[in-house]
Amino acid sequence: MSQKIIINDVTLRDGMHAIRHQYSREQIAELTRLIDSSGSDIIEATHGDGLGGSSIQYGFSKEDEETIIKTAVENADHAKIAVLLLPGIGVIEDLERAHGFGAQVARVATHCTEADVSEQHIGKAAALGMDTVGFLMMSHRTTPENLLEEAKKMEAYGAQTIYVVDSAGALTMDDTRARIALFKEHLSDSTTIGFHGHNNLSLGVANSIAAIETGAQRIDASLAGMGAGAGNTATEQLAAVMNRMGIEHNLDLYKTMDAAENVMKPMMERPVQIDRLSLTLGYTGVYSSFLLFAERAGKEYGVDARDILTRIAEMGAVGGQEDWIIGVAQDLAQEKKVHS
Amino acid sequence: MSEKIKCAIIGSGNIGTDLMMKLLRSEHLEVTALIGIDPESKGLKRAEAYGLTAISNGIEGLKENPELADVVYEATSAKAHMHNAPVLKSLGMKAVDLTPAAIGPFLVPAVNLREEEIPHMDNVNMVTCGGQATIPMVHAVSKVLDVDYAEIVASISSQSAGPGTRQNIDEFTETTAAAIKEVGGARDSKAIITLNPADPPILMRNTIHVQTAGDAESKSEEIMQSLDQMLTTVQGYVPGYRYKASPVIKGNVVTISVEVEGNGDFLPEYAGNLDIITSAAVRTGEVIAKSLASKGVAK
Repeated sequence: MSQKIIINDVTLRDGMHAIRHQYSREQIAELTRLIDSSGSDIIEATHGDGLGGSSIQYGFSKEDEETIIKTAVENADHAKIAVLLLPGIGVIEDLERAHGFGAQVARVATHCTEADVSEQHIGKAAALGMDTVGFLMMSHRTTPENLLEEAKKMEAYGAQTIYVVDSAGALTMDDTRARIALFKEHLSDSTTIGFHGHNNLSLGVANSIAAIETGAQRIDASLAGMGAGAGNTATEQLAAVMNRMGIEHNLDLYKTMDAAENVMKPMMERPVQIDRLSLTLGYTGVYSSFLLFAERAGKEYGVDARDILTRIAEMGAVGGQEDWIIGVAQDLAQEKKVHS
Repeated sequence: MSEKIKCAIIGSGNIGTDLMMKLLRSEHLEVTALIGIDPESKGLKRAEAYGLTAISNGIEGLKENPELADVVYEATSAKAHMHNAPVLKSLGMKAVDLTPAAIGPFLVPAVNLREEEIPHMDNVNMVTCGGQATIPMVHAVSKVLDVDYAEIVASISSQSAGPGTRQNIDEFTETTAAAIKEVGGARDSKAIITLNPADPPILMRNTIHVQTAGDAESKSEEIMQSLDQMLTTVQGYVPGYRYKASPVIKGNVVTISVEVEGNGDFLPEYAGNLDIITSAAVRTGEVIAKSLASKGVAK
């Protein structure tokens, strides 16, 4: 491998989902210091649904956006701080504010077929001089060829890095390779390719490695996999595998292990793991942050949360449509009554 | 039946075409012209086929033919309307604006379309599709309890979101959020939009979360009654407007879910987001037409 792999840590963004966006300022500070000192190159810190995500729909953040971003900025010595923005949820003004707070990386996310809603946001981030990333979520929902077309749009808008994002943890290794390979072949040589994995099918590390082998240079990871669903690619596990394979990176294996074990795991409210629900996410291809919402609705309406997720998958819900879950739970409860 | 008032449409895209189909059925308005900027556009060709005057040089064409309209629908972009609005005003034409330009006051027929106020307005703004679909429900709750915060999530099919919406998605959320406060009566607000590419396309769907100043659960009955009444009012001009799930009232949060099935006038039934804003605009234009007819000032 000619260049070092850049690690974009998502413990403080995707990990927000797993803790219902309730990290305190102190926790953000402690985690930032640990992630920074263990070698991650970029640290993303925002509400799980990005700038402007704090809401009834997705859950309110414990700390406001300014506190989250500034705390991360102040506690990182080496790593650049990233923010996520989903057009439709956050707006350009949010991005400008985040930039003012010290964020240097902007990751603009759309559903895999809807890149054209990101033109203004990517353009703005690039104009601000930010490290600008296009983030194509739910990449399993479209063909590698279509995904490439959407990636080209983001590239044309000014994104310097484009990600294949496996939001549902539903890609197999062949699926990952096919997407990254097309990006590698057809995007500009100066465009960096990234991969964001979820571990719902236990393929977080495997898919990340497949992506690296096919040409990805930026990989998302989090301490102990802290993230939505069964979590993301665990930093310490990825570091161990990269070491064994001779893939270069800036992570310190022991430090990532210690941070995961001593600090991250005790902070978890619900174990971030592969269980029947998170496995169902990957199996049916549902956006990982739907996990806790489906679990709660299942309990409340007395239906199997797996049935909720399966129905949601059939309806083709995309990221951000958590509000569909209650309606589905009501329908399933009604059907159950009719049949009994 | 008094004589119909003449109207024209600027914008030959999805919204303009759907408007045209609805206006062709109006008892109060006669749609005379569709105004675009590309003579080859499908929208203009379709307008000609329906017997309308197709103008392909934009607002200039309307200036040259001022006899064509007393009421003008703007179905272009906020930027275009910023330019066109003063021109329409100088021509003495009433503007019904379907862009997020918001030069005139926000208008949601079920909430604030008042016959006595309409004669004093030169320009009214129809908010957004999401605003038309959700603000009535926020207002219905605010009739019972003060609303501290209202948040809406609009899901529309990707197939029904044209390039104008896609390139200016912030305008959608910002305009909708502003109108939730101004018309809906919420102290604070937020709007979210998601585009869903599922095939077959999804019906437009909206979730409305309303946080009340006092406990809502103990006022469940009154709130439900107010919501049901509002549902019927909106159905008066958008027949496909209905609950998607039963409203949920917990503590001080009321969650309402509605879907909008379109009339299938131009785009298929899934595009309820087109219908709800064009239907609201037609209803508004008709009230303007009645006021003009009663004054006898029409062309």
